[in-house]
This record gives sequence, structure tokens and C-alpha cells, in this order.
Amino acid sequence: MPNLTIDGQKIEVPAGTTILQAAEKLGIEIPRYCYHPALPVAGNCRICMVEVEKQPKLQIACYTPVAAGMVVKTNSPKVLEARKTVLEFLLVNHPLDCPVCDQAGECKLQDYYMEHGQYDSRLASVKVKKEKKAFSIGPTVMLDQERCILCTRCVRFTDHITQTCEFGVFERGDHSQVDVYPGKELDNKYSGNVVDICPVGALTDKDFRFKCRVWYLDHTRSVCPGCSMGCNIDIDWDKSRPHTQKKERVMRLKPRHNPNVNNYWICDSGRYNYHFIDENRILSPQYLDKLVPWSEAVERIAEILQSTKPERIGVLASAQLTNEDLFVIRKLFKETLKAHVDFKAPERPGDSDDFLIKADKNPNTAGALAILGAQADAQTIVQKARQGELDLLYVFGHDLVKLFGEETVAQIARKVKLFVFQGSNINDTCGYAHLNLPGSVYAEKDGTFTNCQQRVQRIRPAFFPLGDSKGDWEIVSLLAGQLGSPLSYKDSQDVFNDIAKTVAGFAGMSYEKISDQGMVLKK
Amino acid sequence: MEHPELRKYFDVKGPFAFLRLAQMKRAWKQKNRRELTWWENTYIPSVVSGIYLTSAHFFRNFTLHVLHAVGLLKDIPAAVTYQYPEQPRPLSSRTRTRHRLTKREDGSPRCVACMMCETVCPARCIEITAAEHPDPNIEKYPAEFILDLGKCVYCGFCVEVCPEDAIRMDTGKLDTSEYSRESMIYDKKRLMEE
Repeated sequence: MPNLTIDGQKIEVPAGTTILQAAEKLGIEIPRYCYHPALPVAGNCRICMVEVEKQPKLQIACYTPVAAGMVVKTNSPKVLEARKTVLEFLLVNHPLDCPVCDQAGECKLQDYYMEHGQYDSRLASVKVKKEKKAFSIGPTVMLDQERCILCTRCVRFTDHITQTCEFGVFERGDHSQVDVYPGKELDNKYSGNVVDICPVGALTDKDFRFKCRVWYLDHTRSVCPGCSMGCNIDIDWDKSRPHTQKKERVMRLKPRHNPNVNNYWICDSGRYNYHFIDENRILSPQYLDKLVPWSEAVERIAEILQSTKPERIGVLASAQLTNEDLFVIRKLFKETLKAHVDFKAPERPGDSDDFLIKADKNPNTAGALAILGAQADAQTIVQKARQGELDLLYVFGHDLVKLFGEETVAQIARKVKLFVFQGSNINDTCGYAHLNLPGSVYAEKDGTFTNCQQRVQRIRPAFFPLGDSKGDWEIVSLLAGQLGSPLSYKDSQDVFNDIAKTVAGFAGMSYEKISDQGMVLKK
Repeated sequence: MEHPELRKYFDVKGPFAFLRLAQMKRAWKQKNRRELTWWENTYIPSVVSGIYLTSAHFFRNFTLHVLHAVGLLKDIPAAVTYQYPEQPRPLSSRTRTRHRLTKREDGSPRCVACMMCETVCPARCIEITAAEHPDPNIEKYPAEFILDLGKCVYCGFCVEVCPEDAIRMDTGKLDTSEYSRESMIYDKKRLMEE
């Protein structure tokens, strides 16, 4: 374990660590463009140069391994001068596009220029322009070669992470440019990530392009509900322009670093899976064709529940719900009412790969199993309902029409006294349900999901539920209150503390302990 | 604190004592107002002084205008009445008046929808919707540019911040009056007119 000194602070790190990583441990930020912790080192941007005592020239911090007794200076006049010069070189042909560039505001060129550059331009000749300005290189990404500083992060990403090798650097000198290979397109399941790792505005996301300036965005830490992997994400939503939001709150999703789950990455289907948050929502409780207040909606269910036997109540929960929702469902329907509760739907497995995409498209299957226990799939309940053995069918979010066909659902609607659908978005089943209840989407919920690695991860509410919609467990506890057996939960944290006390796998967990990285369920 | 009674009642302390004190003094003066004398109560002195002031202005301006008409004493200004709105008052060239969007040679707006004006606007009266321009060298243009003059405070920050000289406040129009709030909202087309 070599001992070294960085900026007067002593630190001991394992052999093979680079100066940049050692400095990071001490909280010293060394500027970087080409270095990315998840990619192999290229060492071509030269902005991370530091002074090492007894070495005549400056060294790049990202590729120089530490040695015993090394004395490193990251802020000496020589280093600052070098940074300034490197920036000047990088910016020589960089266009003054900031007003129209989507990266402006989160651009490392802007940041480091303000921090380390601030020189007056010495360029007398005209900037070298590329043949084409911004052009499409695939279904999701646009490339602007003029803005590129040739850090090759995108090249290394497609070479080493996705191993699809679409990008390459072509030509030499100030003609060199990043491009996709001739005849190829950047079209893989993880292509959106190259936009995140691009430190400048060379690669921009078509979906986000020109939609919103980044300084308007607020970030909420959450978990992707797209599949059972549960990749950590940031929901970027527009907070300060309520006057300009065209009823669209979420602007984009960005991956959030979690070394245990998704590292720095997220798949494209997860990245662009946010439009349902603001589109096609159920906004108010609806009984048959009439919009009703919450009190009336809950009364209608309570009426049926009080007048029927437990075996004639069928509840179809969902693995799309949070642990908190499922636990409150278990509390009321399973423990108090002794009803039949299932959550599994006979869904066809989706596409999957060996990286992040899982076939199970529900974010909380593991949590549902832990809380509700193993069960047969929804077939049983649906059969019962079809044969008229149920008085109340309570469905959470499942699109029964898609799963069992229109015929079956129409039959159920005729046989069952009250067919309740509770969910966030309108689907074909809503048309058959007698009572539609608006639930909130994950971006409006506080709670936890359990991913396929049994990791319990926190989702946080970015904004208030749309319209009259409510969190799913809140609706259920409203119903419990109406039935005269109130559940006294103040908030999701309260529910979760009860889960930790009751469900064995969750023992010892709390929101504070789960924090940003999650906690694994106990066996 | 000239009056002993004041000192007795208004011994205020604290960082904003001076404000409170001034307010109290005013209230005290109002409450303990001097009674008018019999002569003042006839209102004759007030009426006479009012008529004196008005007629002094009248005769001064009347005389000066007559003298100006025959070409005398032109360097002494007389009061002028503008026959607004038929005769607008001349404005200084740097007066901030109603906005306009400047155009390129082909008539399209110079604006590149960078949202600087929208960001800096303290009244939040600008609403821009950006879109992809067919010409990749322009890249971004405002599909919609909405300026709510009902909210605008005419501070001129939008003009100052614009990197493209695309918005100016030099139309010389200050009389934006409408029958509804909606018609105070100017869109791209209206801002590019004239």
C-alpha cells in the first residue's frame, strides 16, 4: 500500500490506484474530460495534468499510478497554467453554440472555462468548420462534430460496454472527427448513454433536444419501473416554469450511479419510458359514467364489502405497486377481510439481455413475493369472477383485456356486483370496470421497490399526484377507514417501519438505512 | 423628540425604531392637529392663494407663447400641452417601449430560442417553445414566442441578455391597451409585425 501526499494531505491507497482516484478519495477534484470511472483510460484530453515532485514534466492524473513517497500538487501555478493552455487548445475550434446547445448549463467546457480558463482569445484565424452541422446518427442520438473535443468516451462506451463498436475517430490533426462507421447506425439498446457520458454537447438526445434548458430542471432520485432490474434514475422535471409546461412535467430520465445495480447506465426503453406519467391518466374516481368524489367511491366499495362473504372478494394486486402499497393491501384485504389476494399476471416475458434488461417487466415482483407470499397467477381469480363466484373484483393496474381477452372481461363485468379498477393510466379494462379509481404513478409516490437482486430501493415523489389521484396505499387505507377498521399510517415511512417490523425479509430496514444505494432483503 | 409628551409615549427601541418612530410621530401629529382659526375657516386665504398660483402660470405662459409667436424670447421655454394621442410626445431614443422580434434577411426571426430572455425575465412573461430548424446551421428556432404584455414590467433585461440582438424594445409604442387580458398576449407573428 503506497503512501503518498497530494496537496499536502497524506493518504494510503492500494497499489495500482491512479493519482486521480487517490485525489478523489481525499475530496480533491481534478478536472477531466476523457476519464470516466466505468470506461478504460484513454488519457487523451490532457486536462487532468498534475505536478509530481522530482518528475520534470507534468503527468496525467488519470493514468499515472501512485508510487510510495510520491508528492503530488494539483493546484500549483504550473498545473493551473497547463490547464488553461489545454482548455485553449480544446476550444480553438469549438463553435460558440452555447445559446442553441442543449448541453449548456451542464457542459464541462463551460464549467472548466469559468474555473480554470478565463483567458482572452488569441485566435486570429477562422475556426475550422466541419462539413455537416448537427446530424442524426441513429434513432435516438444527434451528433455535432464541431462541438466534439475527441475525448473518445463514446467510442470506448460502444467498444467496451455495449461491444457494438459503432463509433470511431476518423481523419487526423484538426480534421479528426468522431463518427459512426460508414453504413452503421448508433442503434443499440443502450445508445442513450453516450449522451450522458459526452462531456460536451457533441452528442445530444433527440427526445430531449430543445425541449427544456437544463437549468430549469429539478432532479428527484428514483428507480426505473421498466423492469425488475430497478436501475437507479434521476427524474428530471421542470420546476420553475409552470407557465410554459404544456401539461408535461417530466422532461427526461437520467441514470443515477449505483455500483450494485446499474453502475452508470440505463437502457433506452427505460430512459424514454416516462410519457405515461403525464399522458392518458385517470384523473378522478368514476362510477359507471359519472365522476364521483372520493367519499362516494369508497362508500360504494365498502357497501359491497360489508354485505358479502370473504371468499366472494377477489383482489388482484400488482407487482407494479410499491412495497408500501402491497403491505397495506395485505393488511386490509388479506388480514382483516380474509379475501383472496393475488398479484401475478400471466404476462409474456419481455425482451432481456445479460446486462440490464430483464424479462420480468414489473419493478417489484420480489417485494410482492416477500409481502404477499408465493401464489398462483391471476388465472384463478379471473376464472372465479367469470363463473360468478365473486361479488367484488378489485384490480390494481392490470390490463385484463390485454391479458385475457375482451370476451372474458365483458363476462366478468356482467357477473360481478362491483368491478373496481385502480390504476394510474387509462387502458381497455377501464371501459368495463364499474368503478375506476385514479392511483398515482411512481414519480408521485414515496416508497420502495424490490428488484430482482432482492435489493430494496427507494423512490421519491417528484411532484404532487395529478388531478384527484392518490397514492395506492392511501386509497386502500381510505377504504379501511370507511369499513371501520382504520389503519393509522401517517406517511409511507410509517408503513415501511411497519413492514420492517412484520415482514421477516425487511427486518432492520428503514428509509434512512436504505438511502440511495438500497439494502438487500434478508433470506 | 421636541415634545415632552412624545418622549413619554414613544420611547421605542430596536433596529427599526426609526421607522416606527416616524410613523408614531405622524400619527401623533394627525391626532393632535391644530384647530383652524376663524380667518382660515372662511377659506378665503386658500381660495385666493390657489387662484393666484393658477393665474400666475396662465399669464406667464400666455405672455411667453405670444412673444414666441412674434419671434421673441425663444430661449425661455413655455409650458406645452401635447394633443395626445393625435400628437405623440417625442421619446428619447433609449426609452424602452413595446418589444419587437428582429428578422433575418429572409424574414424569419433572428431568435434562436436560447431561452436567455425567458430565464432572466423577472415577470416571467416570456414563453418560448423551441423547435428544430430545417437548416442545421441555424439548428434551433422559436416555434412559438409568446410575450404577455399584461405581465411585462418593461425592465429591458430581455434585450440586454439577448445574444442574437433578436429582441428589441424600440417600437416607440407605449399605448398597449386592450379590452381583454388575452389580447395583451403577443405571439411571434404580432411581435414581428410592422
